[in-house]
Amino acid sequence: MDKFTKVTGVAAPLMRQNVDTDLIIRIERLVDNVTREGLGPYAFEQIRFKPDGSEDPDCIFNQTPYRDAPIILSRENFGCGSSREGAVWALKGMGIKAVIAPYFGDIFNNNCFQNGLLPVALPIHEIEQLADEMKASPGNARVTVDLENCQVISPTGRTIPFQVDARRQHAMLNGLDDIALTMSRRDEIEAWQTSDKSARPWIWL
Amino acid sequence: MGKTLFDKIWDSHVITDLGNGFVLLHIDRLLLHDMSGGKALKEAIEKGYPPSQPRLIYGTPDHTMSTKPGRTEHTHPPGLPLIKSMRETTSAYGIKLFDLGQDGQGIVHVMGPEQGLTLPGTTLVCGDSHTSTHGGLGALAFGIGSSELVHVIATQTMVQRKPKRMRASFEGKLLPGVTAKDMILHLIGELGTAAGTGYSVEYAGSGVRALPAEARLTLCNLTIEMGARTGMVAPDDTTYEYLDGRDYAPKGAMWDRAVAHWRTLPSDPDAEFDREHTIDMKNVAPQITWGTSPEHVIAVDRAIPDPGKGPEEKRGAWEAALKYQGLEPGKPIEGTKVDWVFIGSCTNSRISDLRAAAEIVKGRHKADHVTAWVVPGSVRIKAEAEAEGLDRVFTEAGFEWREPGCSMCLASNGERVPPGQRSVSTSNRNFVGRQGPGARTHLASPAMAAAAAIKGAIADVRKM
Repeated sequence: MDKFTKVTGVAAPLMRQNVDTDLIIRIERLVDNVTREGLGPYAFEQIRFKPDGSEDPDCIFNQTPYRDAPIILSRENFGCGSSREGAVWALKGMGIKAVIAPYFGDIFNNNCFQNGLLPVALPIHEIEQLADEMKASPGNARVTVDLENCQVISPTGRTIPFQVDARRQHAMLNGLDDIALTMSRRDEIEAWQTSDKSARPWIWL
Repeated sequence: MGKTLFDKIWDSHVITDLGNGFVLLHIDRLLLHDMSGGKALKEAIEKGYPPSQPRLIYGTPDHTMSTKPGRTEHTHPPGLPLIKSMRETTSAYGIKLFDLGQDGQGIVHVMGPEQGLTLPGTTLVCGDSHTSTHGGLGALAFGIGSSELVHVIATQTMVQRKPKRMRASFEGKLLPGVTAKDMILHLIGELGTAAGTGYSVEYAGSGVRALPAEARLTLCNLTIEMGARTGMVAPDDTTYEYLDGRDYAPKGAMWDRAVAHWRTLPSDPDAEFDREHTIDMKNVAPQITWGTSPEHVIAVDRAIPDPGKGPEEKRGAWEAALKYQGLEPGKPIEGTKVDWVFIGSCTNSRISDLRAAAEIVKGRHKADHVTAWVVPGSVRIKAEAEAEGLDRVFTEAGFEWREPGCSMCLASNGERVPPGQRSVSTSNRNFVGRQGPGARTHLASPAMAAAAAIKGAIADVRKM
């Protein structure tokens, strides 16, 4: 997994509720033989492009300076819907390193931690203020997301703390793979399975 | 203090406590489908982690297969590499695949219960958010992402943090024309799409106890649409009658032993939940969605909401939804002209769903301007429906009778509602572009969808 420690850059305010994973990546793009890394151009295609394929200038991701933003600001329930991990790969493909929203779809949240993309949960009023600060000084405003110290630094220098599970923070800072950690507990798993085979044999038929 | 159904299954599957609130949980069943199954198996193998318990893993293609009558794996070419990869990886490790054209193939959340792979008290995962469906039989089931799939393939376990517990109790009797689909849409409308975030939900109360097993699967299917990954109904005699004799369910003395264990699972009377919600069934009418989120839902005899009169924080979303859907606030939703009707999906493609739709359709004909599809959830359901003559009821009414698969629920097999056209659909998501770019989706029960096809417009099934 990719390590994540800190990111500083433009934060694009995609200020809508319930940004679902269908909106982030269309399912057909995951059927087509596109690589994980190649999904970036298709991220948010339904709002980035008009039906004729041209860019929609109203979309935040087509506006300067947000076009190259490594951070997204959004409203409640970001990443709800389908379990497709392609949504996280597409965000990473378009250069997103962190998403800040009041809360996230549960499976999406897990998928982020598996791929080194940081979901940061902050109260909505903080996110609205971050968006306002971004818009107040377009061109030079920057947001920092610091996982080591669990804080967001706003364009005006305010520090906003956020919470993250200690286990996940450690894994992400060090780019650790969950499977390797679990594999080290193989004996415990096998002991559980042996005991379950006599307790619930019908599971193992 | 007593334990909830959820606690009992969870606690009995904890292999070890990992600290910080995380545990290592044993997974009893892993179900794979074509969108992510073959790829995840391949990835696990390439990383040096072949399946540790291949006999606890089962697969079937559903997402990218064409459902065109007489289809083969070549009918929708983009799905071909996915099914080939699934075939190669499952056969290399002795994983049972219910392949295209074989008995047992079907939508993964339909075939699991149908085959008796889904059992009470089991932990079950799949790379699909609607895995919550299996909770209808008293399983602890949830959807996972691709990386987590690889983890389960490699270790037959998952690293998980225990969610909080919510109980949603439906009290009273179903009113005429009301189904499990209406119950859960009503609940999502009341609580919103995020009320369940961080919770496992148990559905309880006399209204749930009275539901047949298949209706309970529908109820749990939509749990993910209120933000919770798991929805469950405690197993009871209804559950056991449904499972008894199914291919992969235990038999004979083993069956008796399993049932004795399952009877210990329901929540204890003094079990406590972190959140309780009670719904009076008198308030549950046939539902229809008007917007682009499952929470944008109303009773079919109501008017389309006015964003100006809604909660301030939802105003923008409501306005955008109405614009996308091409609807005017304040007008009755009944009578809105419909172009497509889709009866199918892991929510509503079971034999009971097809019977309910056929009851409305029988002796009638669809409106000329409507294209109406019926997509059974599995090979078995298709055969069962044909044996009962349901296929002829539909085809004589001008509906298309198709092959099993996910089809137009998520349009990943190229089957789409054309841009700007309006669809009444028994599926689970009305997101922007879900049934195809620009498609306008209204979620409803099978009977409501059938009524819309006949009338050519959104219709109240109670008036049919």
